[in-house]
Order: sequence, then structure tokens, then C-alpha cells
Amino acid sequence: MALSGMRGLSVFISDIRNCQNKEQERLRVDKELGNIRTRFKNEKGLTPYEKKKYVWKMLYIYMLGYDVDFGHMEAVSLISAPKYPEKQVGYIVTSSLLNENHDFLRLAINTVRNDIIGRNETFQCLALTLVGNIGGREFAESLAPDVQKLLISSSCRPLVRKKAALCLLRLYRKNPDVVNVDGWSDRMAQLLDERDLGVLTSSMSLLVALVANNHEAYWSCLPKCVKALERLARNQDIPQEYTYYGIPSPWLQVKTMRALQYFPTIEDPNTRRSLFEVLQRILMGTDVVKNVNKNNASHAVLFEALALVMHLDAEKEMMSQCVALLGKFIAVREPNIRYLGLENMTRMLMVTDVQDIIKRHQAQIITSLKDPDISIRRRALDLLYGMCDVSNAKDIVEELLQYLSTADFAMREELSLKAAILAEKFAPDLSWYVDVILQLIDKAGDFVSDDIWFRVVQFVTNNEDLQPYAAVKAREYLDKPAIHETMVKVSAYILGEYSHLLARRPGCSPKEIFSIIHEKLPTVSTSTIPILLSTYAKILMHTQPSDPELQNQIWAIFRKYESCIDAEIQQRAVEYFALSSKGAALMDIMAEMPKFPERQSALIKKAEDTEADTAEQSALKLRAQQQTSNALVVTDQRPANGTPPVSELRLVKVPSMSNVDHSSADHGVTQENGTLTVVDPQPPEPSADLLSDLLGPLAIEGPPGSAVQSERNLVPGTEGVPNAEDALAIAPVGEQTNTVQPIGNIAERFQALGLKDSGVLYEDPYIQIGIKAEWRAHQGRLVLFLGNKNTSPLVSVQAVILPPSHLKMELSLVPDTIPPRAQVQCPLEVINLRPSRDVAVLDFSYQFGTHVNVKLRLPAVLNKFLQPVSVSAEEFFPQWRSLSGPPLKLQEVVRGVRPMSLAEMANLFNSFRLIVCPGLDPNANNLVASTTFYSESTRAMLCLIRIETDPADRTQLRMTVASGEPTLTFELKEFIKEQLVSIPTVSRGPAPPPPPPPPPTSAPAALSDPGAMLAGLLH
Amino acid sequence: IRFILLQNRQGKTRLAKYYIPLEESEKHKVEYEVHRLVVNRDPKFTNFVEFRTHKVIYRRYAGLFFSLCVDMTDNELAYLESIHLFVEILDHFFSNVCELDLVFNFHKVYLILDEFILAGELQETSKRAIIERMGELEKLE
Repeated sequence: MALSGMRGLSVFISDIRNCQNKEQERLRVDKELGNIRTRFKNEKGLTPYEKKKYVWKMLYIYMLGYDVDFGHMEAVSLISAPKYPEKQVGYIVTSSLLNENHDFLRLAINTVRNDIIGRNETFQCLALTLVGNIGGREFAESLAPDVQKLLISSSCRPLVRKKAALCLLRLYRKNPDVVNVDGWSDRMAQLLDERDLGVLTSSMSLLVALVANNHEAYWSCLPKCVKALERLARNQDIPQEYTYYGIPSPWLQVKTMRALQYFPTIEDPNTRRSLFEVLQRILMGTDVVKNVNKNNASHAVLFEALALVMHLDAEKEMMSQCVALLGKFIAVREPNIRYLGLENMTRMLMVTDVQDIIKRHQAQIITSLKDPDISIRRRALDLLYGMCDVSNAKDIVEELLQYLSTADFAMREELSLKAAILAEKFAPDLSWYVDVILQLIDKAGDFVSDDIWFRVVQFVTNNEDLQPYAAVKAREYLDKPAIHETMVKVSAYILGEYSHLLARRPGCSPKEIFSIIHEKLPTVSTSTIPILLSTYAKILMHTQPSDPELQNQIWAIFRKYESCIDAEIQQRAVEYFALSSKGAALMDIMAEMPKFPERQSALIKKAEDTEADTAEQSALKLRAQQQTSNALVVTDQRPANGTPPVSELRLVKVPSMSNVDHSSADHGVTQENGTLTVVDPQPPEPSADLLSDLLGPLAIEGPPGSAVQSERNLVPGTEGVPNAEDALAIAPVGEQTNTVQPIGNIAERFQALGLKDSGVLYEDPYIQIGIKAEWRAHQGRLVLFLGNKNTSPLVSVQAVILPPSHLKMELSLVPDTIPPRAQVQCPLEVINLRPSRDVAVLDFSYQFGTHVNVKLRLPAVLNKFLQPVSVSAEEFFPQWRSLSGPPLKLQEVVRGVRPMSLAEMANLFNSFRLIVCPGLDPNANNLVASTTFYSESTRAMLCLIRIETDPADRTQLRMTVASGEPTLTFELKEFIKEQLVSIPTVSRGPAPPPPPPPPPTSAPAALSDPGAMLAGLLH
Repeated sequence: IRFILLQNRQGKTRLAKYYIPLEESEKHKVEYEVHRLVVNRDPKFTNFVEFRTHKVIYRRYAGLFFSLCVDMTDNELAYLESIHLFVEILDHFFSNVCELDLVFNFHKVYLILDEFILAGELQETSKRAIIERMGELEKLE
């Protein structure tokens, strides 16, 4: 036990261990702390050995959980000790006691820096370790360049370099600018050739952080990662000490596959093929073995490989192989594997279209929902939530409801939230949705947040068909003996609004409704009483002809609460009493609540908000954001009773606007708006909102006379300040074009779709337009996915294509109405007649409260009609020579180029299907690419491109483009130029002048300037 | 990795290393909560348990719990096995490690950990490399 070599420390630890109880321990610790404190006070007599010992003791005491609020200075000062033993203690204790925000750390920066740039390797390691473990922003700013140097230094031992790699990672996380150094991506790529596995492991972690943030800059690392993976998984070409239970460093394999998941695709067919070979080997070659450690390690690799396969859009066959594997896993006994099987199935749902295969395992998954281990139950719940759609919503939600009664408290809130969301999202009919929510409240009232019942009220208010049904249900629940307070709130609210629809049914006379609700009043809290009072007022209003007995009863209640201590209750009581004495006028004032504007479900928002924070944004999430989301499901959903009544299409019911002038109508909008916040997730000021729910309609419906004025004065301050945005969202009158704000940047979406074939073209709060395209030679087939995000239909939907002259486009019929929460698909056929950069425009409009019209560029762009073809030197040079100058071969010096490395440029070209042919040009600063262009007039035509760059100035280059057709040469040259210079965002008009192919003026002009001279030199 | 904890069944912390900045009080809370989370779990359960918005990967060796807190999306089994690798290294270094070794030589444990994990990422996965490095360091003392 004497390894420590410090007797004083060992004795102290033994003493602590011998303490009989917590009290004794505290006394012993206090004594020691006192001792240390005095010894530190007169520091002069302290030998380095003693200082070291005391600092260790401090750390030990700190570890026991006691506060150590002194001596930090001594720990930090040991860092500057000249000898290793003291220095080491200083570094270790400092990094355990202090965090990055501690002031003392600043004092040490200089010493740390000196140790890093100094010659002593051991000190370098200590310093790098400290910075790596607690380095904050200040460290990042002052030390990053030095750390970078160490990482790529050829004279440092691997020992130092692996620490430098992770240290840099830490600094990068604190301040991403530290590695935004020109050429760092090339350095990074070199690091991946490293033979030492320690350095490679650390560098791979660094790479993961870098590509998670910006994969564009690190394309050149991609093939290296694949190589590294091949080296490990296929060739097993690593030292014995790096195998773990016979598996070549599982950690490095996992990290490497993690890094690969941050690249959106792999363009190069060879790299892709090699990678899939390795992945296939992992998928097929992983067997279950007895040894736990070996089994875990091989499955760690397997699960990462699965994640990568999902990411790469593998072939159907491989995907179903993956699902089959996962299906096996979720049925095994071993809990870890089952857990991961469930987890990965959930992830799989997010990226690919395997819903149907996964559904086959539904029964198995439901079994896991009842597993004794909460970790497994959680995963099962997530998976059920993810796999739910219209077809199985009923089963799954009912399963969840059933489980709710027995679930542990830790899960009930999440469970009820998820059940509520699913019920809303996939309700085959809305009455079922109401059933589910009421059951939820009934079974787990305490765990049902306000959002949930606000939402059901919103649905009922917006769907007239639903109102009588909801009222019946609410009435039934009130008969139950002990109901949750939330149920009282919902029922009272719904019955207040709609109980008159039930008037003929037994037990539903106004009097009976009133008395059954009033029975609950003594049991509820003050926050519910205002709702009950509103309900009474509404019941009174609906009782026609009026019933004096009921009226007296209710009035008595109002009077009773007139002196209530709660201001909200008091105010309501006073006002309702006054209003209800007005007789017929009450009708107008107490009219039914208007419909709510559509908004994103607060519940879904809430579920999204709970996303965890992670060191690196997960690759999965990045990908999900780029994809046409599954947020909208293709459904054949209908409203409860066949076709929706016309009235449902209108957003806000605004009766008799004719006699109200415009300003007061606007006012009404604001007022109503106030009412809307009743269902808002966080009602800012409940009193004002709840008040205006009844007073709101007054402003609209009452004649603009003195009566109205006086009523308003009765409740000063309820008008509130109109919130411009909200007001617009529901503005019922006038044609307001495009008051709806798009979500996301339209230009960026268009850009992205230029490079890939599916994604979102446009999105706003009401609609999402996705696109999926297939291109074959000069023809294309696009499908527009029009998804209605609302709970009410979108109407007057119109889509017109404005094609440029070179494209023949035919859009199939677009329906006039898109049902609630449904998605319609509209195929669009495209034929390319001749080369042109002009862009087709989709003129899209719909009506939802307001008229919305957007003009969207369609990604039927030039590069879509390119087919990659790689040519050999024997094919290239004769062609290149035969196309001997304008107009078939055009040359231009381009300036203002976005600076990028040659590798990045090559990637950019490849992504546009201009395939770079390496090795054709002897000059390493040049780039040669080829492609085939297809159009009806040109047929397949080979195009050749050569780019000459100047390594000293990346902002300019010379470009030569050649093809057998003048227009094509010119258009392709201009197209490439646009991509290189900057991202064009300005929409081009649909009919620009025909492209005459005279050589662009810039070329001759260029000859007289330095750029042209440079070009001459390059030649 | 956000933090590493070594705790015994009573909840005494034998080693704590945080790779995220936390206040003192917060650290105590975390240690208390993680202990409560793992100590009563059935050995037949998974080695993973959700902790706030993250995940704790833990493994029990005799009376000691080794817990790693990682991101939700991290590879669970890889981290689970890194715990075992760490234990193997300790075992090798102390030749047949027991809790007392870790108590009396807690400072060595910190040194080993710093050679194994840095900045919350695995630094070295070769047992031999780490043991050799520890030998080098011991000579310097």
C-alpha cells in the first residue's frame, strides 16, 4: 500500500477511514484543514515536499465532498515549480479543483504557455493535459497556435502529439475560430495518415468535432477515413496492443465511422464501394460470442456501422438487412443489445422509409414497454412514438393509455405528452382525439400539462362537427364521482360554450348542467373558479327563454364572489353580474368563442425543445433537418363527418362586419387575439386573457354606440396592445398578400436543391413544399409534395409553372383544396430542349385566412442534365485539340473567386456532376473535368473543362470550357463561373435574351491586367 | 464524455473528473444523483441510464461503480468497454486492484486517467502504452 510514498498523506487517509461516523470524520477533516491553513499562512517554512503533501490532502478532502475554499493559490503556484514532482501535483490538483471560469487560472496562463513551448517534453504533456481538461476561452485565444504547432511537429513524440490533438479539440469547442487557419484541412488530412494509433485516435476525435461543424472544408479527409477504416476492419493492420479482445481498436473504428456520418454523401464511386465493402463485412461478420467484453466491443462497431449505413442511403437490400438485424436485437434477452436495438430502430425511422418493416415488430416493442428496466421502457416508448402513423395510431395510443395507469411517475408526464401528440397528429377522426385526451386527463390528470387541455379546446372550437360530441363527453365525465380538477376545467369550458347543443338530451337542461358543474366548485382551487364563473354566464346566456330560478341562483353566486379576495374572481363576478342584467344585449356579448388561428402545436414544440445538448450536433439531426421531413404524413384523413362544411374553412367567424368601420374591426381582431392566449402555452397574464374571452366579441358585434363605449370603460385596460404579428396571422379582412413569413431561407433551399435531388423547397407556418426529382439524360421527373400543416384545410391552392423557353414542363393537376394535415403529390415532367441557365419558376398560391402567393425557383437547373463521365488521357487530348477556340472553346479569367483549396474545388465540381479527372494535367495547380450534357437539340454532348489556379492568389483563376456546341460552351462556362464566384441569390427573370455566343468581353479586357499576365505565365 | 465518477456503494466518491465547467454545489448534486441512479439498479438491467438530458454509462466492479456521462447520441457500448479497459489498466498497474488501492493512491489514479482520457475523449487505448508511460513518470518522481 506504500506506493504513494507520502506517509503523512497515508496516515491522514487511514485516520479518515477509521472514523466511526460522519461526525468524527468532519472533526478530523476540520482539524486537518486548520492545520493546512496555518501551514500555508507562513509559507516560508514550507518545503516543496510539504507543500505537495498538503495540496494532495486538500484534493482528498475535496473529493470527500467538503468545501475547500482556500489553498487554491498554493495549488496554482505549484505549477510554476521548477521540478517535476511539484509541478505535476500543481497541474493535477489545479485541474481538479478549478473550472475554466476561475480567476486564478489566469495567473497560470503564462507558465502554462512557457511549458507548452518549452523543450521539456514532460512539462509539455502536463500543460497540454491541463489545457485539454479545463481550457477556457482565454486559453483558446492565447494558446491555440502553439498547440497546433505541436500537433503537426515532426520532432515531437506521439505522446505529445496525441495530447495536442485533444487539447486543440477542447480549444476548438470553446472557440471555433482557433482552427480557421488557411490550409488546416490539408494538415488534418495528413494527420489521418498517421501510423501511431494513439495519435490517430485523438486526431479522429478532433476531426469529428471539425466536420460536425463544417464538413465542406474537410472533404479531403473523407477518403482517408475510409482508408483508416479499411486498415482496421479489413486488413487488421495494427499492432497487437491496439486490439481489444481480438478486435482492432473498436474505439477508433467507431470514431472513424462517426466522422464519416457528417459528410452528406460520398460522391467518389471507388471510395463509396470500398466503404460499403467494409460495412458489409461488419454487418455480416459480427456474431454473438460468450465473452461479454468481446461481444460488447464488436457490437459497438456494429451499431456504428448500422448508423453509417442508414446515413449513406444504402441500397434497399442492405437497408432491409439492417432492419432484420435490429429486429433480431430487440428480441434478445441481453438488455444492452435490446436497448440499442430499440434505440437504433428509432433512429432508423428518422432517416429512411422503413416504417412498414418496423411495424411488423410492434408486438415485440410493446412487450419492451413493460420491461422492468426503465431505460428499456423509455426506448420502447420513443420507438412507438416514432413509428406511429395513421394506420397504427389507435393501437399504439391505446397501448400507451393502458400503460399510463401502471407507469412509474418518472414517465407519466412524458407518456401523456406523447400520447397527446400522437392522438393529435394521427387521429383517424377528431372525436377519437377528444376521447383520448379526456381519458388522459381522467387517468393521469396530474401529469397532463395545461398545453394539452388548451389544445383540445382549440380543436373543439375550430371544428363545429366536434362540438356536440365533445359536450356529450364532457357531460359524461362530470357524472363520475371524483374527477381531476383539469377535467373540471375542460368540461366546464366546453359545456359553457356548447352545452346548448345538447339541450334536448336527458340530464342536459341548462339547470342540470349548471348544478352538476356547480357541485364541483367547492372542490376546486382559485385558478379554476374564474372558468366556472364564465361557464355560468354562458349558460345563462344560452337559456332562452330565460329561467328566473336559474338566473337567481347564478346571480347569487356572482354576488357572493363580488367580494372575493382574489381579484380575478372578483372582477369576473362583478362584470358578469352587470352584463347579465342587460338582458338581450347579453346574447351579443357572450357569443360563442371565435375560432383560433392555426399554430404549431405547443405540444410538438415542447417535445422538440427537450432535445438534448451535445458536444457535437448529432449527425442524425443534421440530416433530418436537411431532409423532406416526415413531419407531414401522407394521409387520407377526413374531418369527422365527410366533407368539411364551408364555414370551417374560414378562420375567424366575423359576423356582420358591414356596420362596423374598419378601425373597430381591427380592434376586434386585437381583442380576439387576447382571447387566443387562453390556449397559449404560457399565458402571460391570465386575468386579462380570461376576461377578454368574453368581452372580445363585444367590440366586433356591438353597434358602435355609447353602450359599447361604456362597457369598455367598465373594464379599463383590457384592450391591450395589439401584437402586430399575431394580428396579421388572423386578419380576416382584405387581401393581404404574403404577410406569411417563410420558414428558412428560400434562396438557400434552392441552392441546396441544385446539388441534391430531394428536400424542402419552401415552408411557412401553413404549408411545406417538398421536392423529389429523378433525372435521366435530357428528361426529368419531379414530384412536388404539398403538405398542409394545419388542422383545417388549405383552399384556393394554385400552382402555375412559368417555364423558360428551353424547358418543356408539364405539371399534373393540383387540387384546389388540401385537407388538414395531408400531403398531396404533384408530378412534374421536364424535358430539356437546349442548353440554358434560365430557371423555371413555380407560381404558387393558396388561401388561408389571407391570400399567400410565392414565386419559387425550381431546381431544374443546368447541372441536372449532366451525366458524369470520366475520360482517359487518350480520349481527352484529341478532343481538346479538335475544339480549337471560340466559339466552341472559350477561355476567361475569373476574379473574385471564393477562396477554396483545390480539393474543395474538385468536390464542388463533382457535386455538380462535372467529374474531375485527376492526373490529366501535369500541373498540380490545375484541374481538368469532363461531363456529358443532354438536351433534345444537342443530344449527348461531351464537355471538357480546365481550370488553372494560382496558389498564391486563390481569388482568381483561368477557366477554359469546350464542347461541340457554342451555346452549350458559353452557358456551361457562365454556370461554372456563377458557382465559383459566389452563391447567386437573385432570381433570374424567366425570359432573358437568347444567349448569343460571342466571346464575353471580359476575356480581351483581361489581357491588359495582372490577372491576364498571370494566366499567360500559367500557360 | 462529460464526467467520470468512481463511487462505492455507500456513495463515497473515489474519483471525480469533470470535463465540463460545473460549480461546486452542482458537482455535489451530480455525484449524489448519479449514485442514486445506479446503485439500486438490478444487475440484469442495461448499463445505460438516462440522466437529465444525457446518458450515464456505468459498470459495477465489486463494490465500486464506474460511471461515465456521455451525450445521448454517443456510442454506448464503446464507452462501456472503455470503462472495462480503464479497469484493466488499473488492475495491471496495481496488480489486482482493490478499492483500497484506489483510496490510498488516488493521485496515481488521476495520473492514469489523464493518460487515458483527455478533454473528454479517449486518448490512448493501448494498455501497454499507458503502463509504460506510467513507468516513465514514476522514474521522474
